[in-house]
Amino acid sequence: MKNDKRLRLDMWGIAGIVILVTYILFLIYPVGNILKQSFYSTSMGFTLDNFTKFFSMSYYSNTLLNSFKVSITATIFAFIIGTLLAYLFAMFDFKGKKLLRILIIIASMSAPFIGAYSWILLLGRSGVITRFLSQFLGVQTPDIYGFSGIVLVFTLQLFPLIFLYINGAFKNIDQSILEAAEGMGVTGIKRFMTVVLPLLMPTVLAGSLLVFMRAFSDFGTPMLIGEGYRTFPVLIYTEFISEVGGDSAFASALAVIAIVIALSIFMLQQIVSLRFAFSMNALHPVSTKKVKGLKKFWVYVISYGIVFTAVLPQLYLVYTSFQNTSGMVFQSGYSLNSYREAFSRMGNSIFNTLRIPFFAIIIVVLFAVFISYLAVRKRNTVTATIDSLSMIPYIVPGTVLGIAYLTSFNTGVGGTGFLSITGTTAILVISFAVRRLPYTIRSSVAALHQISPSIEEAAQSLGSSKLNTFFRITVPMMMPGIIAGAILSWITMISELSTSILLYTVNTRTVTVAIYTEVIRGNYGIAAALSTILMIFTVLSLLLFMKVSGKDDISL
Amino acid sequence: MTQINISHAKKVFDDVTVIPDLNITINEGELFTLLGPSGCGKTTLLRMIAGFNSIEGGDFYFDADRINDKDPSKRNIGMVFQNYAIFPHLTVRENVEFGLKQRKLDKKVVRETAEKYLKLIQMEKYMDRKPERLSGGQQQRVALARALAINPAVLLMDEPLSNLDAKLRVDMRKAIREIQREVGITTVYVTHDQEEAMAISDQIAVMKDGIVQQVGSPKALYHRPANEFVASFIGRTNIVMAELKHSNEGVAELHLQNGHVVVYPKLNHLSDQTVRVSIRPEDFIRVEQEASLNTFVGKIEDSVYLGLNTEYVVALSDGHLVQVTEESSFEEDLTVGEQIALTINTDKINVYCAEGLTNLSEVK
Repeated sequence: MKNDKRLRLDMWGIAGIVILVTYILFLIYPVGNILKQSFYSTSMGFTLDNFTKFFSMSYYSNTLLNSFKVSITATIFAFIIGTLLAYLFAMFDFKGKKLLRILIIIASMSAPFIGAYSWILLLGRSGVITRFLSQFLGVQTPDIYGFSGIVLVFTLQLFPLIFLYINGAFKNIDQSILEAAEGMGVTGIKRFMTVVLPLLMPTVLAGSLLVFMRAFSDFGTPMLIGEGYRTFPVLIYTEFISEVGGDSAFASALAVIAIVIALSIFMLQQIVSLRFAFSMNALHPVSTKKVKGLKKFWVYVISYGIVFTAVLPQLYLVYTSFQNTSGMVFQSGYSLNSYREAFSRMGNSIFNTLRIPFFAIIIVVLFAVFISYLAVRKRNTVTATIDSLSMIPYIVPGTVLGIAYLTSFNTGVGGTGFLSITGTTAILVISFAVRRLPYTIRSSVAALHQISPSIEEAAQSLGSSKLNTFFRITVPMMMPGIIAGAILSWITMISELSTSILLYTVNTRTVTVAIYTEVIRGNYGIAAALSTILMIFTVLSLLLFMKVSGKDDISL
Repeated sequence: MTQINISHAKKVFDDVTVIPDLNITINEGELFTLLGPSGCGKTTLLRMIAGFNSIEGGDFYFDADRINDKDPSKRNIGMVFQNYAIFPHLTVRENVEFGLKQRKLDKKVVRETAEKYLKLIQMEKYMDRKPERLSGGQQQRVALARALAINPAVLLMDEPLSNLDAKLRVDMRKAIREIQREVGITTVYVTHDQEEAMAISDQIAVMKDGIVQQVGSPKALYHRPANEFVASFIGRTNIVMAELKHSNEGVAELHLQNGHVVVYPKLNHLSDQTVRVSIRPEDFIRVEQEASLNTFVGKIEDSVYLGLNTEYVVALSDGHLVQVTEESSFEEDLTVGEQIALTINTDKINVYCAEGLTNLSEVK
């Protein structure tokens, strides 16, 4: 209820300005640069050529169509599987739920392209399952490459998101609602379709749109398993990176299209979630029922089956990491050779995977604390601007941000040599931080809303200065929420590929980049070993998250 | 001990004037309550004294010290909040020590002072607990100790009891009253609960729409409310329309709307006019029969038995409904529809001008 809307030059004013300048430098400038490149050429001035080229040639525009096809199909499958599993979890009593839940979270946390590569090993032309089926049963497995492969990987990678969303929403449905339906003679599937699903609808929509966005912007999976089936992010990457005739203006135009699509989806989600918004509060959450006989059999088969399929690629990679290899071919016998090779050749990438996200997370936490405090408690024009700016990375796909950074900082800001950070650790740290900030800001804003302003006023009335109150009272109270959010951010950072693949150099290569390049080169043993190491990092971080947050559950 | 002086206070929120021009003096060591319905500006005024709301006009003094432009942390106040505002990441002891540490006191002094005040509120057993394991009442005790421990010039309490359940509220207000007396600190207390205000205060300021309606002791407010708003806000009352007339001898008479005439010599000095008469439910007295001239009849429309009292809704002969309270008894057997005879305790009624804004029976 402060009356002054002007920015005052106390610590908060200074913090606001520093944050604003940072965002202008590392978000507005690079993204603006992309926009400029896409519309402006030195020879012709303002031009729509790049866009005309894209939409007039089906070779290019088909990729957009392909992206929509795989993303929509994968979203539908992910929705069906995720909802089914969440329903089983909420309604029925069966053993091993906690373990399954953790496995689902692990499956969702790994980099999608690693799943793609593992599925190639399993179901590809010379995959283990493929060979087993054709040799012993004479069954021909369907082609894993292209559309079906991408959909398979996306579905298995992304259904956990739907599951986690709906699992959370089920906790807000009151048992009495189900009982009321039952009292009116509506049970089973009919009850699910007419009562439960409509109640879950806001959550389902939010989750589905998130899944769609992830599928739409993922680049590693179609790159590996797509073969001839090119999606939009693949096109952006290849157009930008291709050594012969790489066209950065055209790539920029593609990036602009990607941003526009993401923005439309984001707005759609806002509108839809407003329309479907209603609040539920369960006094008695839905309680699980014991199942017997055939029904019990199916509950176990479906839930364990889905989760097993989801973690199968990870498990198989762990297995192959211990196999002897010679290039692309796995040999008989087991050893730690792959790990030895991985450490000797890719040792620095392991270190980078810890180092770069570590710096990024420090920046993220610092900025998130200040931005959320400014946005919630010191609302004015500048802080409102910062608040909206901080949400832009939501709608800028990783590949696009990577391209923007490369083109903008190659010769420094505006070609002046100032901040020519391309190829440094700094550019990776900053890009990671910028991309993850919106998520951590959201969780710190939530944490801050939990703190009543009267707590801060109490401290002030006791003679504590505003600064002292912030550091001694507000920040310590926000910390548990922020740390939990930061660990989740950390997990997504260590498996990040789409930005780092563009920005890395030999010295700043991360494990995910190393896995990707090793897979491309055919060094499957090293790739498997590195994937296993990455998985161990993920699992450890997840355990840490559970310890810090005191929950064995991740709510989104 | 500190006297608080507020003159011509003005508060504006987004171009809406919440408090136009307010003057109050709070004496040393007094427990002064700001009472009023929600939105009357009582919390706004308290927060202006605390420094959490800006002051758009007027002067705020703690003794000779003008505090208008002082930061809250420099005003030397202790504040207790409705939602306790206990620091959840600190133990009970650390909560109480927090303010003392800000004053850079010696460690030993900090410890001893904190313990002294925790003993005062009988919470020394819970010293090393985290607040999440305390009940609401216990948390509010800690908040009180925390506010008092820094030995503030004034104690400000913003609806400190409204988050507690009814039984605890009564216990706590007694505790607050005792501790306030013992420490002897000038206290400003905000509440919307008139019973709580009556029980706890030395002086009460009744507020409405940012304007102080009356300042007075609980007794004065109940028996001589300055206007109709105060009369109906403090306790309950019936408003009966009347004509003030004078007999041939010049004695004032109130001709009530049901035709009953009350001889009311107190108003002899006033001219004839339309007035509004405030009669509290317990000042209607039931008599056995329509014995004398001083009684009139009414019909019972409804009755509620409350144990100590029985409340009747009575229709007067002109159809006007009034509330009548009577001490209950085992023998009572009045039923709805029955005719009863009533008289009025004229000593305790208040007569207001036609607008209800001034009390005409106030002895000047």
